[in-house]
Order: sequence, then structure tokens, then C-alpha cells
Amino acid sequence: MALSTSSNFAKPDDAFRAIVEAHRGLSDAQSSDLDAALVLILANHIGDLGVLREAIALAQRRMVDAGQQQQQQQQQ
Amino acid sequence: MELSKIQFGYRRHGDQDRTGTDMAEHPVVVVGAGPVGLSFAIDLAQRGQPVVLLDDADRIGEGSRAICFSKRSLEYWDRLGIGQRMVDKGVVWSVGKIFHGASQLYQFNLLPEEGHKRPAFINLQQFHAEAYLVDRVRELPAIDLRWRNKVTGLEQRNDLVVLTIDTPDGPYRIRANYVVACDGARSSLRQMVGAEFAGKVFEDQFLIADVKMTAEFPTERWFWFDPPFHAGRSALLHKQPDDIWRIDLQLHPDADPAVEKRPENVRPRIARMLGHENFDFEWISLYKFQCRRMDKFIHGRVIFAGDAAHQVSPFGARGANSGLEDAENLAWKLDRVLKKLSPEALLESYHAERSAAADENIRESTRSTDFIAPGSRQEARLRKVVLSLAEETEFGKRMVNAGRLSVPSIYNSPLSTADCDVWRGGPRPGTSMPDAPIAAPAGGPAFLTDAFIKAGTRFTLLEFTNGVAVDPPDGIGVIRIGGNDGFSDSAGLARARYDAEPGTAYLLRPDGYVAARFRHPTRSALDAALARAARIN
Repeated sequence: MALSTSSNFAKPDDAFRAIVEAHRGLSDAQSSDLDAALVLILANHIGDLGVLREAIALAQRRMVDAGQQQQQQQQQ
Repeated sequence: MELSKIQFGYRRHGDQDRTGTDMAEHPVVVVGAGPVGLSFAIDLAQRGQPVVLLDDADRIGEGSRAICFSKRSLEYWDRLGIGQRMVDKGVVWSVGKIFHGASQLYQFNLLPEEGHKRPAFINLQQFHAEAYLVDRVRELPAIDLRWRNKVTGLEQRNDLVVLTIDTPDGPYRIRANYVVACDGARSSLRQMVGAEFAGKVFEDQFLIADVKMTAEFPTERWFWFDPPFHAGRSALLHKQPDDIWRIDLQLHPDADPAVEKRPENVRPRIARMLGHENFDFEWISLYKFQCRRMDKFIHGRVIFAGDAAHQVSPFGARGANSGLEDAENLAWKLDRVLKKLSPEALLESYHAERSAAADENIRESTRSTDFIAPGSRQEARLRKVVLSLAEETEFGKRMVNAGRLSVPSIYNSPLSTADCDVWRGGPRPGTSMPDAPIAAPAGGPAFLTDAFIKAGTRFTLLEFTNGVAVDPPDGIGVIRIGGNDGFSDSAGLARARYDAEPGTAYLLRPDGYVAARFRHPTRSALDAALARAARIN
């Protein structure tokens, strides 16, 4: 099985909203705890190490992009 | 505090008067009389090899040190004739409990099924194990055990090694066809061959206190994350024989070892844990550890085994047990090479199989250590979340890692013959043989592991009979299950554990690992599998 990156929710806004609302009123530390728990719960639900690794790689590319953008901004 | 229990005398040996061309020559010299060196020497001697065993001390090591010996190690010691003595003295256990704070998170059973001769683990102080091994050595005239013989020099020649050995009477030299270095984590032989020994260093410190007390705790492995008596850190409690309890407390990385080790500083910590002061100290030790291994376990004619070759963190009981697995892996191979039954190439499989096992042990024990002592704030956060999820989910419980206890590795080995039949279970080639209860034709209960010893602890054909006996190759043992003259398997556990049908046969190696298996073996297929497993080409 490969990581699905097509849109899987009928109403993606509802899913995004649900996550945003879960973080409302939390401190950064609490939010980090919540995210950590969510990641582990969802990873177990997926139950496929290959898919998990693909998801990690996709997430990590955001970090690289963010780093590059920062660098570009500094250069400008 | 009573420390070392047994002392041995140095005795001058005739080899010490022989010099130059008259220098003594021995087929195998084993360096280090710890659990690995002693077991290896016994194994080789039982196979008919004379062994010189050198140790730089004159006593059994101080302190309990290794205490958990695995089912696999006990099965090996059964083959060496001392398994029962170990089990009789040891504390048998299979259940572990994990606590978080004051409450129990979950428990696990390492051997939840019946029908095995040996339990998942026994706890036994290393000095008891070594004493029993030394007793066994004394029954074997083929082993020449020399105390206070310290190897100080090593010179590799074409097909032999010259060792310089220091003794109370001064130095002497001997030649050896093979040297097997079982001289521990600080191996001096490893330095003499110039091998690297790099790996991951862990900063956290752990305090071991073996205390003597009478207590009613069950014989289980108890592990605490963040217990009320030791806030923010971890703790372990484990029973040993003689009313000795192993307590292991994680300390702050910056704690001062000299201060922490003082009994007056350890006592209040233990008292907080136990809730009383009715105990005495047997042994206190403070340790840090590394996970590392040698690149190559074989350097010319010098072969490394046990802690000398690889080191792991203590969580998981993978140190001494993996060293014993090294010994059983190497002994039959070296025996065959010395008898010229197999080429020297057979020894390369020792490195291939055991270095892969060392990698697995390092990986497992590193993961446990990282969970027990998280290295960053995010790791600590993930652990906190796992511990919290474990309170209400099964997957959370299974992610809690307080040590994954030693199980024998499965070898992806050049010695194995790949399956060509269809199997739904059973041990695949490269796996150690599972035990099962069977009964001899003459009656009386027995186990498959007993039958393997009775068949000669050599290449052995395990057959599930269909009435037509296969003609086995010369010189191999046979265990027949079923038929008129075979063992009976009334509970059907042997059949189930080996996914056996009438006609099924397994070819077992002399270390009890599966070399090949067949639904319907032919003589030519068996010959080919045997040749592959013994490297006879």
C-alpha cells in the first residue's frame, strides 16, 4: 500500500476544523502533547510501516522547504 | 559485604619451561574464563577437542553482574551437562510487570504456553553460573584451565598465533592454531589485533544495588516509569536466589558516581522504594554503558566472542545470553574445521550470523534505552504520551519499551537451504529449534531438546514418520517422531510447532538451528543441504 495523498474526506474543511478546534485554548506545550498523541493514534490506525515512512518523508519535506524559504528570505 | 566467593590456585605448567622451537603448540586457546569462555571450552571439549583456557584472575568475578539467563542459554547449558544445576539454583520467571507512577500499566508473559523443558528465564548471579561451569570444566580432562595467566602479547603467523603469557613465575609463550577471545568488554586481545570498537555512548547513569532481604514480592520482573519513590526516573526490581534482590535505579546523568555509590547515600533511596530499612547490601555498582561491536569478529586466527566482540545496554538481558549464543555457534564450526571435516570458510558464517545477531541486539537494546532515558524533549514527550495511551489502549501498552528480552536471532545464513515446499508455520531455516514434549518408546516423558542431545548434538534429522524411513546420510543423528520405534507426540505439540505432516523432515545443525526442511525429503536433497550447512563444496 502506498500513502494516499488524494483528498479522502468528503468535507476536508471539517477535518481541518476538527484538528484546529482540538488545539483551541491550549498552550504550546499542551498542543505538542496533543499532536504527539494524535500522531501515535493515527499511525497505529494506519498500521503500515511503509505508509508511515512515506508520511514522515512527506512531512519532513515541509521542514526542508521551510528551511530553504528562510534561507532565501535571509539572502534577500 | 561478601563479594567473591571462590578462589583458585595458580599452578605452574610444563609449557612454561618450553621455549623457542620447543614451544608448546595447542589447537585452541580460549582467553577469558567468564560464562562465554567456560561454556565454549566445555562445548569444544565435549566434541573431543583439547582446550587451553587462560584467565588473568584467580577468582570468579565479583558481584552478581549478569543475572537473567534465557531459555536458549539454559538449553545450551543442558547440552553442556549443567542446565539442571542452573535451573535448580535459579529463580524461574516468565512474567514481567510495568508500572507507571503508582499504578500497574500492564503485564506480559514471555512463555505463555506449556510443553517446554526450560522456562523463559532464570535469574542467577553470574558468580553461581561461573562456579557451576568451573565444576563442569574440572570433570573434563580435555580442558587445561590456567588461572593467573595473562596474555600480554599476540603475534599472528601464517597458520598459527604465538601468545605471550604473563604468570606469577614470569612470562612464557605458546603457539595456538586458533585463539578464541572471550576476555570481556575491555578485551585486551581486541586491542592487540588493533580492532576498532566504536559505538553509541549513553550518558545516563544507573545504580545497581543487590540487597539481601526476605520479601514476599512475586518472582516477576517489575519495572517502573516515574515511580513515587524515585520521581522522574525509572526503577527495576528482580529476584535472585539466596534472598537477594536486584534493584536498578536510573540516576541523573550529572550524578557524581563516587558520591552515589556510598552505601549511606544508596540506603535512603532503597528504603524509599521498599518502605522499610530491613535489608543489607550485597553489591553496589554504578554504570554507564555503550552499544557497539567490532567490524569483524574474526581477525586471522583470532576469533572474538561475547562482550569482547559486542556490547549492549543491560535492558533486555542480551549481554551474557548473546555471548552464549556466540559460543554455541562457533564451537561446532571450529570443531569441524579442526577435524578437517569442513574448510576454514565455515568459520566465516560465524561472523555473518553472529554479527547480524549483534546488530539486532544493539538495535533492540538501544531502543529500550532511548525509551527509558529519552534523549530530547520531544522524545520525552512521545514517551509520556505512549505511557498515557497505554492506560487505555492495547497498542499503547505494546509500544511501552522497558526492555525487549533476549530471544535467539533468526539467521539469514549462507548455511541455510531455502524452503522449496509450502509451510504454514514451523521454524524456517536459520531458526533455533522449538522445544516440545515427546515420549520415548520405552515410556517416560522427555523433550525434543533432550532427544537432540541424545542423538549426539550433531547434524540431526528430525523426522515425522510416514512409515517409510529416509536413509539418512552417514554420521548424522536421527530423531524419529511417530511409528513403532519413534517418540510419541501424544499432545500433538511437536507436530504443531513444526507444522509437520507425515513425511516432514527437518535437518538440524549441531547448535540446534534449522538448516533445511522438507515435506518429502530425498537422500540427494538431504546430502545437498548437509553439504551447504557444513560448507563442503
